[in-house]
Amino acid sequence: MSELAIRCRGLVKAYDDVVAVDGLDLEVRRGECFGLLGPNGAGKTTTLEVLEGLLAPTRGEVEVLGRRWADGAAWLRQRLGITLQETRLSDKQTVREAVSLFRSFYPRGRDVDEVIGLVSLEEKRDAWYEKLSGGQKQRLAVACALVGDPELLFLDEPTTGLDPQSRRQLWEVVAAMKAEGRTVVLTTHYMDEAERLCDRVAVVDHGKVIALGTPRELIERVVGHEVVEFQAAAALDEARLAALPGVRAVHRRNGAFALTVDRVHRTVPALLGELDGAGARLDRLSTHSATLEDVFVALTGRRLRD
Amino acid sequence: MTDRAPSSLVELTLTRIRLFFREPSAVFWTFGFPLLLSVALGVAFRNRPPQPVVAAIAAGPGAEEALRAVVAAGQKGAVLPVAAARAALRTGKTDVVVLPGSPRTYEYDPTREDSRLARLVVDDLLQRAEGRRDPTAVAEVTVTEPGSRYVDFLIPGLLGVNIMSAGMWGIGYVIVETRQKKLLKRLVATPMRRSEYLLSFVILRLLFVFLEIPVLLGFGWLAFSVPVHGSLALLVAISLVGALCFAGMGLLVACRAQNVQTVGGLINLVMMPMFLLSGVFFSASHFPDLLQPFIRVLPLTALNDALRLVMNEGLGLAAVGPRLLLLAGLAIVTFAAALRWFRWS
Ligand SMILES: Nc1ncnc2c1ncn2[C@@H]1O[C@H](COP(=O)(O)OP(=O)(O)O)[C@@H](O)[C@H]1O
Ligand SMILES: [Mg+2]
Repeated sequence: MSELAIRCRGLVKAYDDVVAVDGLDLEVRRGECFGLLGPNGAGKTTTLEVLEGLLAPTRGEVEVLGRRWADGAAWLRQRLGITLQETRLSDKQTVREAVSLFRSFYPRGRDVDEVIGLVSLEEKRDAWYEKLSGGQKQRLAVACALVGDPELLFLDEPTTGLDPQSRRQLWEVVAAMKAEGRTVVLTTHYMDEAERLCDRVAVVDHGKVIALGTPRELIERVVGHEVVEFQAAAALDEARLAALPGVRAVHRRNGAFALTVDRVHRTVPALLGELDGAGARLDRLSTHSATLEDVFVALTGRRLRD
Repeated sequence: MTDRAPSSLVELTLTRIRLFFREPSAVFWTFGFPLLLSVALGVAFRNRPPQPVVAAIAAGPGAEEALRAVVAAGQKGAVLPVAAARAALRTGKTDVVVLPGSPRTYEYDPTREDSRLARLVVDDLLQRAEGRRDPTAVAEVTVTEPGSRYVDFLIPGLLGVNIMSAGMWGIGYVIVETRQKKLLKRLVATPMRRSEYLLSFVILRLLFVFLEIPVLLGFGWLAFSVPVHGSLALLVAISLVGALCFAGMGLLVACRAQNVQTVGGLINLVMMPMFLLSGVFFSASHFPDLLQPFIRVLPLTALNDALRLVMNEGLGLAAVGPRLLLLAGLAIVTFAAALRWFRWS
């Protein structure tokens, strides 16, 4: 059995007017939680739907659990669990009826009530779908994905639009899936979510993977440990800022500067000296530990959710 | 972990049934509306006892005698100045104007059924009052039998319309709604058999025939004593074939449409001509001969005609055979086309 849950080479999906996925390579190992991270329109959903066998790629090779969709569709569908970015179930179906219906499609699967328990919807078992909150609907979608006892789970933006508490509840469900040894592939544009859940992430932009690694690796490799942001009312020379001790990179956004640095305590005194020398008044200065958000900014010069 | 796999066809069909009964508007349009319509139309067009004719007699010599004769014969009349009598005829308040004298003159509107009848009735009763003797004695037997009234014509038509619209909306609309909310896409990502999904809709339609027939015919029987002259089994068989045919048409309109507005428009486009032309509320034979060949091949015409031949005329399989073949043929063609073009995403 292949060590890889997903192998994808040179994936291209072109529509009439846009290339949604533009030569994407991806390898996901069995048992890991893998995140596709990127802004809206990056091609995350399109990539997932090709992997899920819902879209035919324009070009490229795709292998899922060691099989291709062309000859393994029925076999694969029994082993995948998915949630789509936007699915609404039937409004007047209860939680239990929905999960039972999905259970009936699988020759082998989990107990319906057990799965409802896993996503903490016991109390809503007999409630109609239309009466559920956004977070409950999303957890029901995950329950429908789990009831077939999948080896590989695809979750497309599982927490988008949810309140913080619902997001945390979903994180627990995903963590539990991982603990059971299932492979999870999820997309998100929440960096904190990716850092928290994913063993590895691929940063996707314009249909390509522009960075790949564990969240820590990416942050340290691309950004450094920390970020110093400041605003100063003067023309500053970017080259001189870049030459300050410990500075990895200088980014300029709307008149503010962001320096990615290895160690704040080495850089900040030197920065203050530099500002003094230039006669610049400091309006604001803040530092934070670098995040994947900073990785994205460093790689693309754009914020994730502009 | 459970390995006992419940049948997905059963689960899908149960889901369809539950969702139908939880949608009040679906229940109303399928069961409530046809009943309301049959009550409204059955009452509006119920057969009334024969109405007396109304004669306006122009004032003058002989007017009072004529009025007495009219009233004595159980009809209605009044003596009016001649101008007022003519005005009453023009405005439809009277059926005929009588100008007594020699010759006695009847003014009436021959294009109005009531008016023509009044002219004959009034002349007959006046001639008798004046002493006419008929050369041949006559006797009368009157019949007003259930089975030949408007409501007897209407009920099979409503059953036909019901089978048509339940198939088109219940399959066409529901499938497109499922596609629009991306649920169809989610379902085909599972190992669900696509044929079973579509089959669950067809099963639902066939099962519902066994509810629609008792509800409509039972109501017709209880409220208006509408009889079924022919075989009930044949009536059920015709309804099932009709339901299959309209299930195929429902699938066909649903096979590509991406949103419910589109499919709603398509359904109306398909149903409206049949609603008007296929003899639901009045006989299709009223339409010009030019249209008849077209009207004959409409599935609702075939269904309504077949239902009426059995219900109203008590005919058998031989009489409805060609219409059943037409419906079955259309069912096969529409299913084949729908399955060929059906889009799952
Ligand atoms: N069916 C489609 N037809 C045309 N363009 C599409 C279609 N689906 C997606 N796209 C385009 O492809 C790009 C990638 O979309 P998507 O994969 O949904 O991105 P993401 O999930 O990362 O937000 C977008 O520009 C989107 O508009
Ligand atoms: Mg998306």
